[in-house]
Amino acid sequence: MKALQITNLEKTYANGFHALKGIDLEVSQGDFFALLGPNGAGKSTTIGVITTLVRKTSGKVTVFDFDLDTKMVEAKSMIGIVPQEINFSQFESPLEIVLNQGGYYGIKRKQARERAKKYLTQLGLWEKRNDPSRTLSGGMKRRLMIARALIHEPQLLILDEPTAGVDVELRRSMWQFLRDINRKGTTILLTTHYLEEAESLCRNVAIIDRGQIIENSSIRSLLSKMHFETFILDVDRAIETLPLLEGFTLYKTEDDTVLEAVISKGQNLNELFTLLSEKGIRIISMRNKSNRLEELFVRLLDKNNREAI
Amino acid sequence: MSHSNLYLTAFSTIVIKEIDRFTRIWLQTIIPPAISMALYFLIFGNLIGTRIGQMQGFTYVQFIAPGLIMMSIINNSYANVVSSFFGAKFQRHIEEMLVAPIPNIIILAGYIVGGIARGLLVGIVVTIVALFFTKLDIHSFAITIGVVVLSCILFSLGGFINAVFARKFDDISIIPTFILTPLIYLGGVFYSIDLLPDFWQNASKLNPILYIVNAFRYGIIGISDINIVSAFLIIILFIIILFSVCLYLLNTGKGIRS
Repeated sequence: MKALQITNLEKTYANGFHALKGIDLEVSQGDFFALLGPNGAGKSTTIGVITTLVRKTSGKVTVFDFDLDTKMVEAKSMIGIVPQEINFSQFESPLEIVLNQGGYYGIKRKQARERAKKYLTQLGLWEKRNDPSRTLSGGMKRRLMIARALIHEPQLLILDEPTAGVDVELRRSMWQFLRDINRKGTTILLTTHYLEEAESLCRNVAIIDRGQIIENSSIRSLLSKMHFETFILDVDRAIETLPLLEGFTLYKTEDDTVLEAVISKGQNLNELFTLLSEKGIRIISMRNKSNRLEELFVRLLDKNNREAI
Repeated sequence: MSHSNLYLTAFSTIVIKEIDRFTRIWLQTIIPPAISMALYFLIFGNLIGTRIGQMQGFTYVQFIAPGLIMMSIINNSYANVVSSFFGAKFQRHIEEMLVAPIPNIIILAGYIVGGIARGLLVGIVVTIVALFFTKLDIHSFAITIGVVVLSCILFSLGGFINAVFARKFDDISIIPTFILTPLIYLGGVFYSIDLLPDFWQNASKLNPILYIVNAFRYGIIGISDINIVSAFLIIILFIIILFSVCLYLLNTGKGIRS
């Protein structure tokens, strides 16, 4: 079953801006799906349409086969949303915010209290449950929005840049939390600017640019399209003149003890190490220049930009 | 879960949240009207009123008491919805309701009942204050309660429309300052329109608040410048019009959906 099915979705805002140009997208039940794209590409508009905060111009959205237009209650009951911006009352406590959200989804107070305790505890907010929410740190506010989105235990959780501005440690713990709830059966649709996040968490990805989906596949098959990777090599001494290595491209960096090596698909890293060793250069450590998905993402967008021009 | 159970729970959540909101800030919502009323009764009722003498067979303070109570009810039911709904829009937590499976009519009903609750509570408080200054025998409980509830509904709807169109906090005080307050003061709170020249008597009849004040005055002390049935019909007519406007605005997402 499809958790989310978007067919020929169009959105033109009142100012004439054509934000979505006939998007088709499918997210399978149980998937952890990334929707990626640069700023203004249409990610938030797409999520806005799914959550009904944005009125679509045309097209169809179904959530677990419930049409958002004709089976609004059933479709919306399936969705939990963690928005990009903080959007809860700064004067209410975390407990009130979560309980009220439960009420909006028809959850009785007694059951809502049990669930609020469960999710606020899991997200490390139970001790703060009665504090005014404006006194919470940025990371706590983000976690509160996740707890709020889960109070009705949705089948489809939509996270619009949930870890923006969150420190690394907290981001990792949020990733683990999201992996756990996905493992328990919740389908997750994630938008993020951290491509490392998408690569680490998601199985499938769609890339949207200028209101159109320009790539839609599994992360694995997307990464397999990479024709070359750039590695950073820390070497044991300063290199004044770059050695010529047959079949490999090396670049110097501002630091004489650091080289960049471009490795094409099918080339062997061992061969590079051997050639460097023959030139008397020992490699101390090695790392990717950038996240693999990020490299692909940038190339896809460049290609799309060139085609648009 | 059946739809009706979901709607009922969502509705009661909005109502409880609204009541909790205005009772939590009681120093801003409940006490000021009580103090204002005490000052009105002291100045217009006891100090100036004793020099005015009787009005249609009642002391001046008895005559103005229903109008002053109704003024508080109108202002507070309006203020509750306009400030709460605009605040929710401004802080964007209105989105909590908009993403939930709640029909627009339930959202509207929740805010209206919140406005009724504040209007009634303030009405009770200022009535208690009034009783320190004058004796009030209720002429008709049914008419009194009926007109209070209908007025709360009407001005809650007005507050809702104001909140939908408001873009900044200044916008939520424009209507109360420049329209509502003049209409209330010219709506027969302090005088009988029988005292006005014919032209102004007829002009006053275009003011919907005149009907509300007179219907309420009839419910409490049994006198009115206006036919009671006409008054109720006009209030109900305005409610139907404003309710339709509110629903239209919600359904089209004016000011709340892109």
